Amino acid sequence: MKIHKYDTVIVGAGGAGMRAAIEATKRSRTAVLTKLYPTRSHTGAAQGGMAAALANVEEDNWEWHTFDTVKGGDYLVDQDAAEILAKEAIDSVLDLEKMGLPFNRTPDGTIDQRRFGGHSRNHGEAPVRRSCYAADRTGHMILQTLYQNCVKEGVEFFNEFYVLDQLITEVDGVKHSAGVVAYELATGEIHVFQSKAVIYASGGTGKFFKVTSNAHTLTGDGQAAVYRRGLPLEDMEFFQFHPTGIWRMGILLTEGARGEGGILRNKDGERFMEKYAPVMKDLASRDVVSRSIYTEIREGRGCGPEGDHVYLDLTHLPPEQLDAKLPDITEFARTYLGIEPYTDPIPIQPTAHYAMGGIPTNVEGEVLRDNTTVVPGLYAAGEVACVSVHGANRLGTNSLLDINVFGKRAGIAAAEYSARTASHVELPEDPASLVVEQIERLRSGTGNERVADIRRELQETMDANVMVFRTEQTIKTAVEKIAELRERYKNVSIQDKGKRFNTDLLEAVELGNLLDLAEVMAVSALARKESRGGHYREDYPNRDDVNFMRHTMAYREVGDDGAESIRLDYKPVVQTRYQPMERKY
Amino acid sequence: MATPTLDKADGAGKPEAGFADSPYITATFRIRRFNSEVSAEAAWEDFQLEIDPKERVLDALHKIKWDQDGTLTFRRSCAHGICGSDAMRINGKNRLACKTLIKDLNPEKPITVEPIKGLTVLKDLVVDMEPFFQAFRDVMPFLITKDTNEPTRERLQSAEDRERFDDTTKCILCAACTSSCPVFWNDGQYFGPAAIVNAHRFIFDSRDEAGEQRLEILNDKDGVWRCRTTFNCTDACPRGIEVTKAIQEVKRALITRRF
Repeated sequence: MKIHKYDTVIVGAGGAGMRAAIEATKRSRTAVLTKLYPTRSHTGAAQGGMAAALANVEEDNWEWHTFDTVKGGDYLVDQDAAEILAKEAIDSVLDLEKMGLPFNRTPDGTIDQRRFGGHSRNHGEAPVRRSCYAADRTGHMILQTLYQNCVKEGVEFFNEFYVLDQLITEVDGVKHSAGVVAYELATGEIHVFQSKAVIYASGGTGKFFKVTSNAHTLTGDGQAAVYRRGLPLEDMEFFQFHPTGIWRMGILLTEGARGEGGILRNKDGERFMEKYAPVMKDLASRDVVSRSIYTEIREGRGCGPEGDHVYLDLTHLPPEQLDAKLPDITEFARTYLGIEPYTDPIPIQPTAHYAMGGIPTNVEGEVLRDNTTVVPGLYAAGEVACVSVHGANRLGTNSLLDINVFGKRAGIAAAEYSARTASHVELPEDPASLVVEQIERLRSGTGNERVADIRRELQETMDANVMVFRTEQTIKTAVEKIAELRERYKNVSIQDKGKRFNTDLLEAVELGNLLDLAEVMAVSALARKESRGGHYREDYPNRDDVNFMRHTMAYREVGDDGAESIRLDYKPVVQTRYQPMERKY
Repeated sequence: MATPTLDKADGAGKPEAGFADSPYITATFRIRRFNSEVSAEAAWEDFQLEIDPKERVLDALHKIKWDQDGTLTFRRSCAHGICGSDAMRINGKNRLACKTLIKDLNPEKPITVEPIKGLTVLKDLVVDMEPFFQAFRDVMPFLITKDTNEPTRERLQSAEDRERFDDTTKCILCAACTSSCPVFWNDGQYFGPAAIVNAHRFIFDSRDEAGEQRLEILNDKDGVWRCRTTFNCTDACPRGIEVTKAIQEVKRALITRRF
């Protein structure tokens, strides 16, 4: 075991982690621990753009953006945070341009902007061009630009270091972050990183679904690490299903395709979104569009022999426009489906895409241990966190924005905390013990359960029971199945017993994280007896502001007998200028 | 390659429910294995599996790892050609496993999968990427400007100027190009195509003001002049970047000092 000492440790090197690292490295001795090489993160898969009311091509302002974000989130958004998001969006985009990001340009040479779902002029009058973009590879450009600037700033990376545990030390009865414990993939060695501040920026948890746009590596490692240490997770029942994933594969096809004029059609060729969202049509918010697609499919208007998908039609758009604005997604259709998007519609279905919930933070990125108290030295930003700027449903282009605005904020706040804190808090006694025990148990396990089987069953139950449509019955089915799988996971064994690059072991650890988080999600969903944003209960189809205008806070509890359970609590929503209204598009 | 072949594994990997109508085929994957904890020598190992030919080579590797041999080791993340983790040599050509469909490989014959060349193999298909990223860092891959006053708004750039370096912005740092280059195989000191592509991305960006410095770096004995225009890199690039052309443009800029 090796012990390292830094001022600030950042967990994860995607957009939020690297944005934080650029700030933190300037202000404190910083290490970035990342289970992937920095440019491998899933920020790179984001396509359509980053929202900011630059007003480069038409009238726009940050207040309209704030309103759209609050409405898009079905009023579960903390409005003070949304206001910061929309206001700081403008400087965030300009920061990236100054760092070198190659945005598409207008004829005047300014940053070009395009339409995106749920973004509107003057509180819902009509779609507005707010998304700043670089073809359909905006996430790729953000990731590359941030990595380039990390190279410039000399950010210190520990690549393929997998953080498995959060260390907490009580000082005068107050829980402080003391550092993290990481597993080095190349050698199997365990490292303790003692630090004044820790920032989680480790991304989402989409791999508990089968049809998902998420990378194989998005297994909720950060959420699981803090949750197991008794810290809460907020709003985990809210998961976004992106309307246009490639049929059966789940690969994302950007909403920018509809922003450029693409149309969703059912088997009769009907533009069905006109029925569900007369104003915004195909550019209604994602939860609305995904439910509409499944409604078409359930009512027998789906496409294909099994009627299990609909079409994204781009055939009426000029090939030059597709080449210039949507080169990557048209290539995906050619590569993976053998379809030519110039002439043929693309089969799509909703795909599990984004966790609105996560580790609760305030607007400085400080992690909360209950509804109001922060854990000194602990921060989170990006998809792993819940500020909450996305509420019950995130608007497209607001996640690339979130990682930049709150990545920067967390980076500055954590480094300033490190700078003003005289000394490190002491490490707990035997700090690596939990991780050593976990690794040894998995490596020496001789049970008859296999990781791949349990993961497959988990993904199947999540797709079947807690996806776009949910009921008491389906969620209970999922809860029971997850409990069974968690029991079986205790008897899991792996084939690779080695130390070097043991990805077999890593997948077993990741599955443990997914099981814990799936349970939190299902239990949180069961208790929320209403429909709001991405959480749709067929047995409670309406939003219930009287009982559920509040954030879910889920805590892991361990009884005296060692039995684990989940305790749910609730946190008020911050409302400033917008009163909840019925949500129409 | 004259390396021993291990005993063949039994076939496994049943078709998944819901795909029963798919035309499954039996394919053999011949994978180059290396694990220093087991043996100092690399060896080929054959795996047979039933698979839909429309699936990716990455799907096949996962089926092998998940259903047959958990020790098989490779890097992967996004699984659709964006993250650059899974460049490998498939039937002798550098490709991304997640962008290569089995039907495009003649699955009648064994499909060979081996690590990319020119970088030290650490385990199975995993190589040491550090020399590759060092070459990237050495070309100063970030925008450099001499503004004394930062503009308050964005810098202006015409659509034409933006288009000038569009091709080289697509790089995902997968190393497929660099590890397909015969010069790089023979001389690990050579910057390699990927680093030059990333230098090109800034040299031809109208906003950047350090083109001369980057050109001097690439004027080195291990710089662009080592390129023998074999076009392996262009063939290998999973993003369709015209890599050789970009290298030639850098060479030309070195001669004319115009860019």
